[in-house]
Amino acid sequence: MDSFLASVLSFNYLALTLFIPLIGFFVVTACPRRSRLPFFYAMVSSLGAFIAALRLIRPALAHPEGFTSQIDQSWGAGTNIRLHMGVDGISLWLILLTTFLLPMAVWATEKMVKERRKSFFAMLMLFEFGLIGVFSALDLVAFYVFWEVALVPMYLMVGGWGGANAFKVSVKFFVYTMAGSVLMLGSILYLHSLTGSFDYVDILKSVSSGQVSFSARDQLFIFFGLLAAFAVKAPIFPLHTWLPNTYAEAPMPATFLLAAVMSKMGTYGLLRFGITMAPNAAHRFAPWIALCAIIGIVYGALLALVQPNIKRLIAYSSLSHVGFIVLGIFSFNQQGADGAVFQMLAHGVSTGALFLLAGYLQVRRHSMEIADFGGVAVLAPRLAAVFSIALFASIGLPTLSNFVGEFLLLQGAAIANFRWAVFAALGVILSAAYMLWMYQRTFFGKLNPEIEHFHDLQWRDWVPVVPLVAMMVWLGCYSQTFMPSISAANYQLLDNTNMTNQYRVKLDASGARAILNAQPEVTHAR
Amino acid sequence: MPANFMPPVADYLRVSPEILLTFFGIVVMMLEAVSKGKRTYLGVIALLGLVAAFVANVPGLLVSPGAAFQDMLAVDSYGIFFRAVVIGVGFLSILASLSYLDREDSNAGGEFYALILFSVVGQCIMVTAADLIMVFIGLEISSIATYVLAGFLRDDRRNNEAALKYFLLGSFATAFLLYGTAWLFGSLGSTNLEQIRKMMPDNPTASISAIVAVAVALIFVGLGFKVSVAPFQMWAPDVYQGAAAPASGFMSAGPKAAAFAVFFRIFMTSFLPIHERWAWLMWGCALGTMLIGNLGALLQTNVKRMLGYSSIAHAGYVLVALAAASSIGVSSAMFYLCSYAVMNIGAFAVIGYVASRNERFVKIEDLAGLGRRQPAAAALLSIFVFSLIGVPLTGGFVGKFYIFQAALNSHLVWLTVLGLINSAIAAYYYLKIIVAIYMRQPDVATMQLEAPPFTLRLAMWVSAIGVLVLGLFPAPLLQFATSSAASLAGK
Repeated sequence: MDSFLASVLSFNYLALTLFIPLIGFFVVTACPRRSRLPFFYAMVSSLGAFIAALRLIRPALAHPEGFTSQIDQSWGAGTNIRLHMGVDGISLWLILLTTFLLPMAVWATEKMVKERRKSFFAMLMLFEFGLIGVFSALDLVAFYVFWEVALVPMYLMVGGWGGANAFKVSVKFFVYTMAGSVLMLGSILYLHSLTGSFDYVDILKSVSSGQVSFSARDQLFIFFGLLAAFAVKAPIFPLHTWLPNTYAEAPMPATFLLAAVMSKMGTYGLLRFGITMAPNAAHRFAPWIALCAIIGIVYGALLALVQPNIKRLIAYSSLSHVGFIVLGIFSFNQQGADGAVFQMLAHGVSTGALFLLAGYLQVRRHSMEIADFGGVAVLAPRLAAVFSIALFASIGLPTLSNFVGEFLLLQGAAIANFRWAVFAALGVILSAAYMLWMYQRTFFGKLNPEIEHFHDLQWRDWVPVVPLVAMMVWLGCYSQTFMPSISAANYQLLDNTNMTNQYRVKLDASGARAILNAQPEVTHAR
Repeated sequence: MPANFMPPVADYLRVSPEILLTFFGIVVMMLEAVSKGKRTYLGVIALLGLVAAFVANVPGLLVSPGAAFQDMLAVDSYGIFFRAVVIGVGFLSILASLSYLDREDSNAGGEFYALILFSVVGQCIMVTAADLIMVFIGLEISSIATYVLAGFLRDDRRNNEAALKYFLLGSFATAFLLYGTAWLFGSLGSTNLEQIRKMMPDNPTASISAIVAVAVALIFVGLGFKVSVAPFQMWAPDVYQGAAAPASGFMSAGPKAAAFAVFFRIFMTSFLPIHERWAWLMWGCALGTMLIGNLGALLQTNVKRMLGYSSIAHAGYVLVALAAASSIGVSSAMFYLCSYAVMNIGAFAVIGYVASRNERFVKIEDLAGLGRRQPAAAALLSIFVFSLIGVPLTGGFVGKFYIFQAALNSHLVWLTVLGLINSAIAAYYYLKIIVAIYMRQPDVATMQLEAPPFTLRLAMWVSAIGVLVLGLFPAPLLQFATSSAASLAGK
């Protein structure tokens, strides 16, 4: 415990980022119920976590391929479980995404949740604690623990504050994810019985040095156990059936977090553990998973096309986008992996913004049915303008966030198998169709007489909107900020799978920053 | 026969917890006969007795580990561990029942406390027994007290049914155990666990006599009844539903832990050499127990009955550890039983509190809106429920984690996979409780719920803190369990 305290006191910013939300949880829980204090403390701790997370950038960018700001603390003698956390070029941006979006969720809660707000804030804090842990855990058991810690508050938020059927929906959500995650626990234990370690870095080391090798059967068990958890969480078709109802019934701040960050738990897990722990099995089943991903892309888009409800429409579009990310991961090349990580960020920001703005619509109209709107742009031009930016970002318009990700993902898919890219591109076209159609019916057209009281965005509504729009533009126009570190980390990750990288990127002396500029230097490895 | 017939003083010191408990039990019974009015002070005396026994059980204070009474008892660290568990269970049960008995206006509170003390005495003997005869004696002492506890609410019909069922099936089971002991004695000439182990064939593939096989099977049946292993689980839901809530909590924790302790001691010492002969039996029974428990619980509307089924399922998880037949399996089961005892007593304490007078409100929907009526009790109940599900940071998770780790280390891959899927199924029915307390509006009839009295609150808080401590800092207990499991298997 002493060394742990020492690591906090010596300003390990990862520990700080991780534990600020936990402290926030306890403080909010201890607050008196009817006051503004819970909001205040939740805001302070989520902003505090964000500021602490900003301090992770510098060391992580210096060595994006390795793990920086590490915490390594034994759970106690007699167990070989460790609280081993670290940040590389992938985790860094996901932690930043989480801590960036959480203050907005707190803000949205204050506006959109009507009752028992204190408990909701407490749940938000606990959720953030779990998420930051998931994105930085390097010990498999710690990863599992954080994974479940994030699940419980989300379940309570969906069930406790959701719509009329929320309790049924939330139980389905919990049992589905629980079934997946216990199988992941099985895989983790299986890995331990083979390697004697729960540590991600140690396992990779002992595999790459040839100390242990997994038989085909071992790999099968490990891979499918991990896949079960990640495929449910992401979700990958056909394990997505919990998603539409959960997204639709959840209170808006919870939907915001479900779509923007919680789905990234699944894709991050696939990338970090799914393909590295049992690479041969992952490689062997990659075509099948890519097939599921492509079905998810097209199926999600087609269903989004016919949704009469805005929230459900965005939910299905989210399913479609997650399919792209999964496709990129299972392309097993640099472009695919880079695109996957970038798209996680871009999708987080753009879908988050869409759900948030949909929340504004819901607060004003108390409905999410498209038919209940019409001509909103006349009454609320600013809301319409911002909504269109988020929408174009989601479609993948150049200069906005998703374009970069989708471009790389399709490129990666095309390198892996050209037909994948062809079918996946259908999803891009369809996304323009359903989004624009929805926008047209909601914001243009004949003014619905029942919404004449509609008011435009007020100054406090802008508070979460401005940073989101800024991020969409930043991600879309200057991906240089993010890309080099992502690439370097992915390069290391793909290398760890002992796969033959079809395209190897040379790392020059100045480090990872040059990677994206180094495109002409791409050489064939073989 | 030793020259000096009188056992040495050390032997008495080794059983000082049992002596203290018996003494206090008798005192409580005597005082009960002469006291008038409220009997709460008798409960306090019983609590003092349990504290004294707990202190006397701490190694290095009065107890120095070793055999006692000519190898009839083995006061080793394994026994000390379980003795601490059953004494702790008795303590929490009495703490939770003080206000319960007060509320039910039962004018016979004293007996209740005395019975719990006597039952704990029997369990202490069971967990330290090194001889099948002592196992039988301990089991009988514990069971007879527990039968009476189960039927404590004399005017309640369900309660009577529960007690009768428990008594008949329980005696039947004990008879099986005794019969198995007789067969074993007949063929090997000993009832001492160590002696039996030495007479077992060293070579795992060597044939064993049919008589020994029958004896093993009979002992398995007898103990299987006690821990409610499928297909001998039928009594559990009825009894847990019918008995008074604190008694149900006690029965599902203490006697069960003690019976499992005996189970592991017999099978991991005497029958360890032939473990390849019975491991498949454990495999099948573990799976069947988990399935029956979890599937049975899915459809229940009565919380106590549901917890009865859930206790069957949990017995299945512990049996997975026995199927692993390894030292780490024993230690994981020890940890699991300890955390299960704490969370289940806590859950029953809250249920007994919400049930109100005459246990009117024991349906799941009666818990509706508890989160608004009594936020603290609701939060504690949800801690117990999440621990029963096996959510990390609770004792239930750590226990399950180590059990399945033990199973995988013994290459029981499919049993692990099926067991894990079972624990996901279990989430479904446990969540009904969470749904009720946080996601539904309270019913008008169940609105008037007074704040829990101090002792009950104490019991709930102690249990909840125990669950969290076991989940957050499991290392010390786990280390103790590991070392005592090694001493058990390595003798």
